[in-house]
Amino acid sequence: MSVLGVVSARRRWTSRILHGVLMTGLIVALTPLVLVLAYVLARGLPALNLEFFTTDPTGAFFGDQGGIRSAIVGTLEIVGLAMLVSVPIGIALAVYLNEIGRQSRMAVAVRYCIDVMTGVPSIVFGLFIYTVFVVGGMAAGFAAWKGAVALSLLMLPIVTRAGEVSLAMVPDTLREAALALGAPRWKVIGYVVLPSALPGMMTGGLLAIARAAGETAPLLFTVLGAQVTTFALDQQMNALPLQIFNDVRQPSSALVTRAWGGALTLILLILLVTIIARLSARRIRL
Amino acid sequence: MLIRRALQFVAVAILVVIGYFFVQLIAASLPVFAKMSVVGFVFENNWDVAHAVFGALPLVVGTVITSAIALVIGVPVAVAAALFITELAPVRMRGVLALLLDLLAAIPSVIYGLWGVFILIPTLKPAEEWVAATFHYVPFIGGTVIGPNYFVAGLILAIMIVPIVSAISREVLATVPLAEKEAALALGATRWEMIQLAVLPHARPGIVSASMLGLGRAIGETIAVTLVIGNAAVIGGSLFSQGYTLAAVIANEFGEAGVGTIHASALIAAGLILFVMTLVINGVARAVVLQRTQKHSGSIADRVVA
Repeated sequence: MSVLGVVSARRRWTSRILHGVLMTGLIVALTPLVLVLAYVLARGLPALNLEFFTTDPTGAFFGDQGGIRSAIVGTLEIVGLAMLVSVPIGIALAVYLNEIGRQSRMAVAVRYCIDVMTGVPSIVFGLFIYTVFVVGGMAAGFAAWKGAVALSLLMLPIVTRAGEVSLAMVPDTLREAALALGAPRWKVIGYVVLPSALPGMMTGGLLAIARAAGETAPLLFTVLGAQVTTFALDQQMNALPLQIFNDVRQPSSALVTRAWGGALTLILLILLVTIIARLSARRIRL
Repeated sequence: MLIRRALQFVAVAILVVIGYFFVQLIAASLPVFAKMSVVGFVFENNWDVAHAVFGALPLVVGTVITSAIALVIGVPVAVAAALFITELAPVRMRGVLALLLDLLAAIPSVIYGLWGVFILIPTLKPAEEWVAATFHYVPFIGGTVIGPNYFVAGLILAIMIVPIVSAISREVLATVPLAEKEAALALGATRWEMIQLAVLPHARPGIVSASMLGLGRAIGETIAVTLVIGNAAVIGGSLFSQGYTLAAVIANEFGEAGVGTIHASALIAAGLILFVMTLVINGVARAVVLQRTQKHSGSIADRVVA
């Protein structure tokens, strides 16, 4: 042992043991990921076939249960609509917060509000929409667009936060250079700042989509569910999480099999979006 | 100028919409508060839909118990994982390990619930029965073990809060000044002593607020808990008895509650309690973070002056 490495055996062993404890923590944390993915794969894979993706649920509790076409189409429609609402508003808010409002009282209030929204349970967003739009005066009843509004409330803080962070990463020298060339403020934002912040904003949008696609609770009170594939946004609609939630609670093993198949489909969809988002985020940071 | 106005308008509109929703929730809760009084609604131990009595105490207690279990199990694991990734793992592995941990958050709640119902509950039951029989003299342990129970729900919640707690902890740990870590090592500290002396004191407030945000997540989690808590509106005597939470009761009973009935009003009021609980928790977490950043900027200023 070198002179520099004089550490008493007790201290060395304490360090090694706690090293091991921390590693165990990581392994314990990752175990559920492996277990859940393995089980969903094992139980879901046998359920998957062409018919599973191309037929609607029949609504029969036993026997011929049908596939999940309406759930897949519904999820894409509802999340797509939610994206159309939340991404432009989220980016507008981010631009306001970082480029215009900055530390004004108004901007501080909006920032606080957005932070609070991040912590609000998704089920509460569902209740919001339920009390205002479903039992409320105008156009009462369950409808797909109401679910999309609930999901967009959930996505908004994620999009705004990511947008603000990526706008903050655009160097001020770039803005100053553009302003010095005589460009008006809006042109600086539109042609210089936004394009350089775009990749980060896309990452935020993708993460928000991944989060929203798996949400069940807000959809329970807003779109309720359906059997058939529909494109009518003012009607009840099916969605993957709703289909899984309903199938789990049925006594028939055929329906439970469909739940695992639906779970595998949903996980693949969300993991794909998440991994794309994370990898693109990493590329940007370099 | 026009764009500036438009953006300001969007910002104001968001504030107004949020405020409006909040007011609507309160308005929709009023019927049940009128019948039970606010205190009665929150603290009465009797949730009896058939007799239109809505005392939410069993739901509040269930929410608190399951969230507490989630914190006790989830936070140490999450912080250990974060410490390992930021301080000990080989540099090349760090990104991959962090990505894997983040993927836990990408698995939807309903799938954790599905897994809990069909895998976790049957697998854990023998172990729970053994614990209940062996340690029956410990308070809150023992009695008949019911498959879906507080413990299973808490365990699933722990799994669900690990990614958020460890992600925020990692961010906090990354802000520990390198100079302090190097100073500790230079003085001859072992890796663990460095963590103990330089990293943890600096990161503790951040880790506390990360745990608070995890708690906020656990309190509002709905679908997974609904599937594994047993859905019985009573205060269970042990860790292994079935219960109910505020979020689960809303998801479960909403279909049965007719529009405009007092039952529906009670469920919306349950959502309101949930909302207020998360607001308070987030407020505390934010205050802790704020305190920390102020202290931090103070120390930087000190250094500049020195």
